[in-house]
Amino acid sequence: MTSYLIKNARILGGEPQDLRLKDGVIAEIGTYLADDGATVIDAEGLIALPGLVDLHTHLREPGREDAETVLTGTRAAAKGGFTAVHAMANTFPVADTAGVVEQVWRLGKESGYCDVQPVGAVTIGLEGKQLAELGTMADSAAAVRVFSDDGKCVDDAVIMRRALEYVKAFGGVIAQHAQEPRLTEGAQMNEGTVSGELGLRGWPAVAEESIIARDVLLAAHVGSRLHVCHVSTAGSVEIIRWAKSKGWDVTAEVTPHHLLLTDELVRSYDPVYKVNPPLRTEADVLALREALADGTIDAVATDHAPHPSEDKDCEWAAAAMGMVGLETALSVVQQTMVETGLMGWADVADRMSRRPAAIGGLTGQGRPVSVDEPANLVLVDPAYRGAVNPDSFATRSRNTPYRGRDLPGRVVATFLRGRATVLDGELV
Amino acid sequence: MTTSARSNENSSSSSTAKNSPGNARQVLDESDIARSLTRIAHEIVERAKGAEDVVLLGIPTRGILLARRLHARLAQITGREIPFGTLDITMYRDDLRLKPARALEHTEIPPGGLDGKLVVLVDDVLFSGRTVRAALDALGDLGRPRAVQLAVLVDRGHRELPIRADYVGKNLPTSLREAVKVKLVEEDGLDAVLIGDRDDSTSSSDANGSAR
Amino acid sequence: MKRHLVSTADLTLDDALLILDTAEEMAQVSTRAVKKLPTLRGRTVVNLFFEDSTRTRTSFEVAEKRLSADVINFSAKGSSVSKGETLKDTALTLQAMGADAVVIRHGASGAPQRLAESDWLHGSVVNAGDGTHEHPTQALLDAFTMRRHLNPGLGRDLNGRRITIVGDVLHSRVARSNVHLLHTLGAEVTLVAPPTLVPYGVESWPCAVSYDLDAVLPKSDAVMMLRVQRERMNAAFFPTQREYSLRYGLDAKRAAALPEHAIVMHPGPMVRGMEIASEIADSARSTIVEQVTNGVSIRMAVLYLLLGGSEPALSPARPAESRTTEEHSK
Repeated sequence: MTSYLIKNARILGGEPQDLRLKDGVIAEIGTYLADDGATVIDAEGLIALPGLVDLHTHLREPGREDAETVLTGTRAAAKGGFTAVHAMANTFPVADTAGVVEQVWRLGKESGYCDVQPVGAVTIGLEGKQLAELGTMADSAAAVRVFSDDGKCVDDAVIMRRALEYVKAFGGVIAQHAQEPRLTEGAQMNEGTVSGELGLRGWPAVAEESIIARDVLLAAHVGSRLHVCHVSTAGSVEIIRWAKSKGWDVTAEVTPHHLLLTDELVRSYDPVYKVNPPLRTEADVLALREALADGTIDAVATDHAPHPSEDKDCEWAAAAMGMVGLETALSVVQQTMVETGLMGWADVADRMSRRPAAIGGLTGQGRPVSVDEPANLVLVDPAYRGAVNPDSFATRSRNTPYRGRDLPGRVVATFLRGRATVLDGELV
Repeated sequence: MTTSARSNENSSSSSTAKNSPGNARQVLDESDIARSLTRIAHEIVERAKGAEDVVLLGIPTRGILLARRLHARLAQITGREIPFGTLDITMYRDDLRLKPARALEHTEIPPGGLDGKLVVLVDDVLFSGRTVRAALDALGDLGRPRAVQLAVLVDRGHRELPIRADYVGKNLPTSLREAVKVKLVEEDGLDAVLIGDRDDSTSSSDANGSAR
Repeated sequence: MKRHLVSTADLTLDDALLILDTAEEMAQVSTRAVKKLPTLRGRTVVNLFFEDSTRTRTSFEVAEKRLSADVINFSAKGSSVSKGETLKDTALTLQAMGADAVVIRHGASGAPQRLAESDWLHGSVVNAGDGTHEHPTQALLDAFTMRRHLNPGLGRDLNGRRITIVGDVLHSRVARSNVHLLHTLGAEVTLVAPPTLVPYGVESWPCAVSYDLDAVLPKSDAVMMLRVQRERMNAAFFPTQREYSLRYGLDAKRAAALPEHAIVMHPGPMVRGMEIASEIADSARSTIVEQVTNGVSIRMAVLYLLLGGSEPALSPARPAESRTTEEHSK
């Protein structure tokens, strides 16, 4: 196996140091390390972070290989600096059996670009009626620990309660897509001034907040872990902050796009801005940034949701919901959290690597950048400035809301257990 | 309904260009214009045998003003009110596609209509003949006059179509490089006909000129 | 004017007055023996209707034919649109056919804007009603009708006129287009509806909102009744048809509270007995039939101003004194 000597990298933004990656681990950290036959990487000016972990990725395989496959999705993940992703269960067939999760897990192993940890469905067919075989999925080769009906809400309070209770037996967590279905029938965008003017059916914040409120109470009542997917409103932040203040075992994630974009963009009627949960207001964006900075929100998760162009080249109402995000996530976080002074690079490592790995129960990921730890690393050039060019994406889809937008930072290299998956910004 | 009070960018004559053309010289003054109109009024009465069935139609903008003056003179001569109207030819122009879409002028056909009448079209300057061609097309959609005649204050030549005027205030031989401007007191504060150099080829200041 | 007519919010006061004034001239054409102008000869206009709307499509078609345009009707039913073709492919097809303008009616809000802002199509896009967003030509014909009754004359606006719009504002593209346009024309708009049928965020609209029709009627120069679909009842927007009619329907007793000069409007199709009583719809102050006639004139004006030249009309910058906004005569 190639060993690497990374020269003058700033670990978590600290003073420049050299790192030796050997046999899958960080073998040595220091200054003026000798190359000893290792491939030398000049990391002058680059930040070294632990490999990023995504709690929320749609890899689309099996079923929608026209949008993404495990291979293309993990290549995109590597380019974005990720060394592990959680593959959501809303595939065709749904990942609600040991068979499907093991298939996804095996495809991930074969891809080699990053670890793929399948998420299991909470209910059969995501229909919210009957629990899927959660224990069997947990015991399978995929060792599923995160369960989610993402894309749909487990809206039945009894089913949600039972799921929360049931997964305690094997240390699982329910990741809830909080969306009250009756309040969001036919909903197209955030309910607010803009939806009223555009004549698009509103998606009220309360539809998310009422479910989160119910779920934190349920989790507290049965003493279970709850994870809240893609928090998008200031009100949701308040509820989660309150639940955490009670000492309840609640975690939450926010997407990069909800840290940057607002519903004003919908005025273009360009479905590239159509996403679930919808883009909210400036006040929500600011509350989410603050919550991520103070730790109320634990993690940044991409909700990478690839769609083929025909699902976006249409009128708003007919378009699919979702945005790709793996390859822009770190840049958006740099712009919204680091360059605003809300977080340092150590915080970025915490919210994008350590905490998501902990929530997902991944042991070999999200580790500190120190000697004898797995060599899962990303090198970032924070000085880079450039317009997003989707043509250079590794994902199969192009539905990015950032086309042509200037974003800071660039992933220069990614290492998965000491092996480079990305060098000089290109896939290896 | 009255005609719009606003000035109109597509007006064919000099309403938008208050300045005289370069090196302008006056060829008709107030009294020349008055005499010409009086003569034309008499000719109309004479040729139309008392002007019993005459309808005057002015072509915007200055054609309307001239038609109104003729209307007053005909009333003096005949002691009757001659029907008077306006005819906007914008939507019949053959150069519509050469410029941005133009605002329309007012068309008003007098209550008695045009069928069986002797319509006298009135315009300020006869040049290429294209305006008159458009007016004839418009008339065809408005009714079936017994006959159509044309009265102009100035005929400057350079016809591009087989069209001639029945009543001419003044024949003015001009060069294509020249611009003819009719100024009328209602629009311009004075009565005069001027000849000057064309300031630029796209100027609309040349009455019925460069564009047609 | 812009190259497309997607929203009345895109119209300046000068644009709006130019359209209204042009429509006055077009209205004359409809009274002539030969109801035809050669103006759009050789121009191809496609009526792209994804939603059934015989009234609007026919009105556009008459307008297009009176201007001598070549008219192609492209409806969702008889084409590949219903077979899942994307909006993009439809647009590319129309572009390949050489459409100079596309008049589009679509059930999805924003579809016309999407067409206009894409590079799929080079012609002008005219919004003939999109979802619950806008219906600009309807608002223009409404304003045209109001001006004829409340401040007649070329160049005039609706300054200070009090317009009341009643009914299902939430789902009404007509209301949205009217609010923008009437505001631009200087009118004072009041929306009246049960709170469930008022859009979220209406506070930011340039209009007032009331839940009390009886309080507003005596102060209205025009009252526009919007259709209320009975199905809204099932989604709990109001309890029963009876209660809606009692609180928000325009019957003879209510209409008597209107000032003598006030007109009653309805964009159609009406639900008689629901939002409007037959005796009011058929009364002398009703402009409902007139609105249909005016629709043709307005659509002729819009098509002429967009397609009549090498590019859309330039709205003349008017000298301030020529804006003949006279004192309210009433």
